Amino acid sequence: MAKLILSMDGLVLKEIPLTKERTTIGRKPHNDIQIDNLAVSGEHAVIVTILNDSFLEDLGSTNGTVVNGNPVKKHFLQNNDVVELGKYKLKFVGDAAPTASGEKADFEKTMVLRPSQMKAAADQAKAATGSVLGGAQAAVAQRAAAVQQVAATATAAGIADKDAVTKPPSAPAAGAPAAAPAAPAKAPAAAPAGATASTPAAAPAAKPGQPLGAIQLLSGANAGKELELTKPLTTLGKPGVQVAVLTRRPAGYFITHVEGANRPTVNGQSIGAAPHSLKDHDVIELAGVKMEFFLKA
Amino acid sequence: MDLSQNLEIATCTDPGMVRSHNEDSIAADAANGLVVLADGMGGYNAGEVASGMATTVIVTEMRQILANSKPYDVDTGSSEEIAARLVRDQVLKANSSIYQAAQSQAQYAGMGTTLVVCLFYDNRMLVAHLGDSRLYMLRDGEFSQVTRDHSLLQEQIDSGIITPEQAKKAQHKNLVTKALGIDPTVEPEIHEYPTRSGDIYLLCSDGLCDMVEDEDIAMTLQTLGKGNLKLAAQHLVQMANDNGGRDNVSVILVRVLREYPGRRGVMGKVFGWLK
Repeated sequence: MAKLILSMDGLVLKEIPLTKERTTIGRKPHNDIQIDNLAVSGEHAVIVTILNDSFLEDLGSTNGTVVNGNPVKKHFLQNNDVVELGKYKLKFVGDAAPTASGEKADFEKTMVLRPSQMKAAADQAKAATGSVLGGAQAAVAQRAAAVQQVAATATAAGIADKDAVTKPPSAPAAGAPAAAPAAPAKAPAAAPAGATASTPAAAPAAKPGQPLGAIQLLSGANAGKELELTKPLTTLGKPGVQVAVLTRRPAGYFITHVEGANRPTVNGQSIGAAPHSLKDHDVIELAGVKMEFFLKA
Repeated sequence: MDLSQNLEIATCTDPGMVRSHNEDSIAADAANGLVVLADGMGGYNAGEVASGMATTVIVTEMRQILANSKPYDVDTGSSEEIAARLVRDQVLKANSSIYQAAQSQAQYAGMGTTLVVCLFYDNRMLVAHLGDSRLYMLRDGEFSQVTRDHSLLQEQIDSGIITPEQAKKAQHKNLVTKALGIDPTVEPEIHEYPTRSGDIYLLCSDGLCDMVEDEDIAMTLQTLGKGNLKLAAQHLVQMANDNGGRDNVSVILVRVLREYPGRRGVMGKVFGWLK
């Protein structure tokens, strides 16, 4: 479900899921999102959500509505759009990743093709080709057609989050003699067109724009030595004695205790069991060695 | 034989950043060397119900059976070890429970779940799986995938229609060809592998492997697996969420601390015969 993240001066105030068809924003208390600030009009703006699409509309506010730095009257909200109302910011976080065709569908959810759908699609595929293909090829072709059809149906009907199971081609419903799934298919036409279309896959762990962190040893035999934290994970310390890991994440760098009776300290304070966020020029002490964390420009 | 001194197990499961509820279900029984991970599917809460039933049925039934027999016991009729049959029977039992619930109650219609089950015994493990939840292994710094998904994508890769690189970007990642609870009967894929001391096994739902690159998973296991297995599990989930967390994420990590031979030595066997 799409949501808005309300923040001021970089501080997240709350998250608002867009559950309603109309979500109103304004200073007056009857609004769904009330922002009690004089720069915000009584009825400032409204977000209309239809299925997976959300539209922002300014309701003739005094100071106007700004999206990504541009004043707007009406705007089709895209993932990560930032709506500014005075000092307040509303970040729009969309639903699923947009697909190649531009529609938003939930392709992450595991689905299974039902035998009945399989059969119907197989019959169609047969009728469409009008020719008798060899066992394995036919099975693959029918299979691909069935998948395409089910996926298409699911999308078209707007039930992308409903679930469906694929049957192996060896099932009697496929109407073809048992075909080994591993049988090499020489029918290129069998490849579903959608299979090669791209959806955003796993994002890289560290974004290129992220500032690079490093640590410099302040004490011990290697004092003065610098270590750039380019990897997503860097372990520090002596195995068996005290080990901590520095993780590089989109939200910045974190230090976490891994092993040993004593936990590392940051600026003299022992860190807990949870990952501890590192700020520029924090001083870490670990296994008797002091080091400074800093961000490189 | 209690394996909790021989195997270290850490688990972590999270709904992710997008979904409101967690349809994954995990269970671990270190003493019996049993771990189960299921990724449920089906509308409303049916996914959770299916995966929950799968883990509960398998763990409960196996625990009862293993209280009285050993996986490496030999069946007198077939003169084969009972482990594979045991696991298969419990998977089928879970299958019919889920299937019947789905048939009898309208709100559960069409529910099902993927499954990975590992049973560790006698310096070996038996792996049964259905669908696209996976088992990976880290041995001597080498990270590899043990199970092969029952998914349309995997079939397309096998038949040469698409390359593994294309598969990473494919749309129909989520279509599985086998699942638990969908049909009255099911044939889980079962294999046996030898384990070694120091091995780390990772069972995960697709919420992890779709969101996190294999090399990042491998690096996490390598750097944290030895020192703090629990942290490694949490960090894997964290990485999936940092990358968007579009699906539920579940991981089970099993580290083989020391060997766990099943049968007694030669002398033990001799005494066994004499008894």
